[in-house]
Amino acid sequence: MSFMFGKKKYIPVKLPNDPRTGVLPAQGQSCPNCGVWISADRLSADKGVCPKCNHNLTLSAYQRIELLSDDHSFEEMDADLAAGNILDFPDYEDKLERARQESGLAEAIVTGTACIGGNRTVLAVMDSSFMMGSMGVAVGEKICRAVEQALQLELPLIICSTSGGARMQEGIFSLMQMAKTVAVLERLHKKGLLYISVLTHPTTGGVLASFASMADIIIGESGALLGFTGPRVIKQTIGERLPDNFQRAGFLLDHGMLDLVVERSKLRDTLILLLKLHQEGKGC
Amino acid sequence: MLKRQFDYEHKYQSLKQKVTELRDASTNLDINLAAEIGEMEKRMENLRADKYRQLTPWEKILLIRQPERPTTRDYIEYLCDEWIELHGDRLFGEDRAILTGIGSFQGRPVTIIGHQKGKDTKDNIRNNFGMPHPEGYRKVERMLLQAEKFKRPVLTFIDTAGAYPGVGAEERGQAWAISRVLTTLSALKVPVVAVITGEGGSGGALALAISDRLIMFSHAVFSVASCEACASILWRSLDKAEEMAAALKITAADLLQFGIVDEIIDEPPGGAQQDPDAMADMMGASIKRYLDELLELETDQLLELRYRKLRNVGLDADF
Repeated sequence: MSFMFGKKKYIPVKLPNDPRTGVLPAQGQSCPNCGVWISADRLSADKGVCPKCNHNLTLSAYQRIELLSDDHSFEEMDADLAAGNILDFPDYEDKLERARQESGLAEAIVTGTACIGGNRTVLAVMDSSFMMGSMGVAVGEKICRAVEQALQLELPLIICSTSGGARMQEGIFSLMQMAKTVAVLERLHKKGLLYISVLTHPTTGGVLASFASMADIIIGESGALLGFTGPRVIKQTIGERLPDNFQRAGFLLDHGMLDLVVERSKLRDTLILLLKLHQEGKGC
Repeated sequence: MLKRQFDYEHKYQSLKQKVTELRDASTNLDINLAAEIGEMEKRMENLRADKYRQLTPWEKILLIRQPERPTTRDYIEYLCDEWIELHGDRLFGEDRAILTGIGSFQGRPVTIIGHQKGKDTKDNIRNNFGMPHPEGYRKVERMLLQAEKFKRPVLTFIDTAGAYPGVGAEERGQAWAISRVLTTLSALKVPVVAVITGEGGSGGALALAISDRLIMFSHAVFSVASCEACASILWRSLDKAEEMAAALKITAADLLQFGIVDEIIDEPPGGAQQDPDAMADMMGASIKRYLDELLELETDQLLELRYRKLRNVGLDADF
């Protein structure tokens, strides 16, 4: 099955924009929550947070990497690793191709090493613009390789998740990524290395029920929807109104599932403090 | 329209009844049709066997959801000379959607864990239709660590539509509970043999399927999410669940080819529900063989092999 990681097979040569610049859109946009118009300058200065209602706008993986890491310190790994259509699932190639064109990414996660406040770390960031950040074989493989990189270099690991869960089009192979990622992470834990999981909006299903919830420290970005089953399905099943704030980061903090809820503007400083307290970060 | 019932067996049995009546009627009239009827019966049985060999993935799903299907408790009682059920997660509650305990399997103590569906409505309410809450998975984790402490091998039986989607389940950390079981199993220092006897639905099933050897009944399925959910989400139509069942490649034969399952145990025509004892016998023989193999291994070797199996999933498959 070497074709699975065939590096060139589905990778578009010409992407519409270069996503790696990591900047927010050149034009402004209106806040999806309160509707207020936010200028491009403001968006950039406020890290994609609405100045009026404090809503976190969706960040691409590269935008988040820029938000968290020291300038120009990110070195990407496995950038073009991508999976094929292992199950011959109907229309999956077209969907992948469209996701690649729209997101400019080969897959729903970007991994590499970065410096965060002078601490060298392995950093993996998911991107919800690529098929809802769903986890198939390539996402699982990139996570495992990131963990293995952290093991090899003895660096702390930070994974920022955003995902609808396992990718249905890769069927059972997607499901098995849950087991694969936690098995590799267990080696990181046994070696005494730090793993911080940052849960961003939304993180659900098989991603939350595997590597994303198996961290030493779990941070929820404020307002993020986090859960195993999405609220729509739960509502259908039980047929009644859901509690206020259900499955939001604050709700999960109150139920003891998160170490911290952090606003986007404080996320980088929080990570720097945690890295420092573990004194693991190797200088850059 | 989506087919919701698999009533082949019911119709077959009523046809068989009519043949019996024909035999009786002809005997009464002194018209000897014994040879012809014998031929007919043989042909009927062959056609029935063919039908069950060619079940579509969706028909398999309907078949394994039938209430007559044997449950984990039935198999445990058949496989173990003695068995004692143990309850509770020590944290919040007792989840009867998962059955756990210690049994004596062929003279060897084993920890047994399995999803437990109900036989009737009352039973199913008690067992929440075999759909666990976080406390079920936390009970599993407790039992796994107990098995490790006493160096008992673990047997798991998988038969669930999935982990329960409800408010309480979310409040108490369904995702957290499942990932802990996955992690614990991935590094558990005793052999684990798992059997998918019916529905293997999503992460809620996977949590009991991480193992050194995975056995699957021939009509069982194992899928990333329910076909109904996948059809609703991807194709915006519940009616396409049947097509989805085929597209997702969820059958035992598919999974054997993918290298995810180690062995298929063939069900008789009509499914495991037609002969639970024979199924338990065959399963018992396979489990014994695997345990004998696995107990030969040093712990490090056992863990390394399980790790490679998980890390390389899909890579060794021949397809």
